[in-house]
Amino acid sequence: MSAALSAQEISRALTRISHEILEKNGGSSNLTLLGIPTRGAHLASRIATIINSIGSCEVPVGTLDITLHRDDLRMRPPRALMPTLIPQAGIDGRDVILIDDVLFSGRTIRAALDALGEIGRPKSVQLAILVDRGHRELPIRADFVGKNIPTARTQNVKVNLSETDGEDEVLVSEGESK
Amino acid sequence: MRHLLSISDLSKDDAVLILDTAIEMARASDGPMKKLPTLRGRTIVNLFAEDSTRTRISFEAAAKRLSADVINFGAKGSSLSKGESLKDTALTLQAMGADAVIIRHSASGAPVRLADSAWMSGSVINAGDGTHEHPSQALLDAFTIRKHCTKGGGDLAGLRIGIVGDVLHSRVARSNVLLLSLLGAHVTLIAPPTLLPFGVENWPVDISYDFDSVLPSLDAVMMLRVQQERMSDLFFPNAREYSRYFGLNRDRMLLMKPNSIVMHPGPMNRGLEITADVADSARSVIVEQVSNGVSVRMAILYLLLAGAPSEIGANS
Repeated sequence: MSAALSAQEISRALTRISHEILEKNGGSSNLTLLGIPTRGAHLASRIATIINSIGSCEVPVGTLDITLHRDDLRMRPPRALMPTLIPQAGIDGRDVILIDDVLFSGRTIRAALDALGEIGRPKSVQLAILVDRGHRELPIRADFVGKNIPTARTQNVKVNLSETDGEDEVLVSEGESK
Repeated sequence: MRHLLSISDLSKDDAVLILDTAIEMARASDGPMKKLPTLRGRTIVNLFAEDSTRTRISFEAAAKRLSADVINFGAKGSSLSKGESLKDTALTLQAMGADAVIIRHSASGAPVRLADSAWMSGSVINAGDGTHEHPSQALLDAFTIRKHCTKGGGDLAGLRIGIVGDVLHSRVARSNVLLLSLLGAHVTLIAPPTLLPFGVENWPVDISYDFDSVLPSLDAVMMLRVQQERMSDLFFPNAREYSRYFGLNRDRMLLMKPNSIVMHPGPMNRGLEITADVADSARSVIVEQVSNGVSVRMAILYLLLAGAPSEIGANS
């Protein structure tokens, strides 16, 4: 097992992503951040904190649980659901930034796009990811990437965050791919 | 677990998982995501060999919100009224490819018979069988109690809940006694001795014949319907006397703790076990129980049908 990103590198990556989001969208006035639970939601609130410290206005943050939209539900035991909390203002006409920890097959993001379609019609949807590990199975790419980590399919990438795991780090380990 | 037949098949973790899942289902239904694609392509049959409004419509709404196809099938207007046996009905449903059957039947044990037989391969969900059990009702009651009387998570430890009235004929009471005590609540049955079942002293409950002395300690009062259709004997002298001792009226409601709630599984006999002013009061969560029922049943359908082998009941 090796650390692919240290706590400091994670923090730097999130700061850079926050700036890139602001730069690409010309400020924070029309942004809505949606984190995909569990760790995407924590990343979303961290990015929101950074954006709020730079930008002019509070950016709305929410969470989007995509479990009920997954395409692999029938292949696994049912999972517990996580909260979906959409900011009061909704997502219609907003620039929605989806935030997750690892981008792998792209299926989570596909499910998230489906879920967004049920909720409203954003002006645009962009994707921010802490780790892109490759091996896409769908035509999906991230707009903002913390770090590209080339991996083998059989390896596991684990993002630990202080909110859930005690400390910040990204680990790559050998092992049977799920 | 493939079936939901009885609360006794559930572990505490299973029950908490269902309730937690129901919170997210409720959130999804309240918000803009009313329709979820989760059970698209699954066929769910509502087999109601006994009359029902709430439970059938609630299961139907839950299944439809998860995008399942629902076939409704009642005793009246089907071959059940021509005397077709449960077995032949089940074989027919199997041949039509039902992924789940939600069954209500006047015979206690009918859902278990259906689940244990090789007649059909789908999931069986008990929506009330005779005087045996009504697990989804107990789960929605626990959900409602948890929402009002706790901080919203975990179990019901430390809460005192009274179940009042016709316990003898009540499948709702049986399921609730099992579930509420599983979740750590303290249950007191309050009823005339004639309306308590044989062997009740072995249940994990306290028993009282005096409503007024217990009422001030309760966090939730669950009134049961007097089931006149199942009453072949004389269980109490007359309706007025029953109301006086075991009915919930406005005077009695004044004895209740602040923030305690009044529940009723419905349908109510207004004026018999509960007066109209209590049923319509601010303490009453009776209408809310119905909307919670949809969320809880969505959770049950999701956990039983959405995945590969189910997690809940895996240890049973």
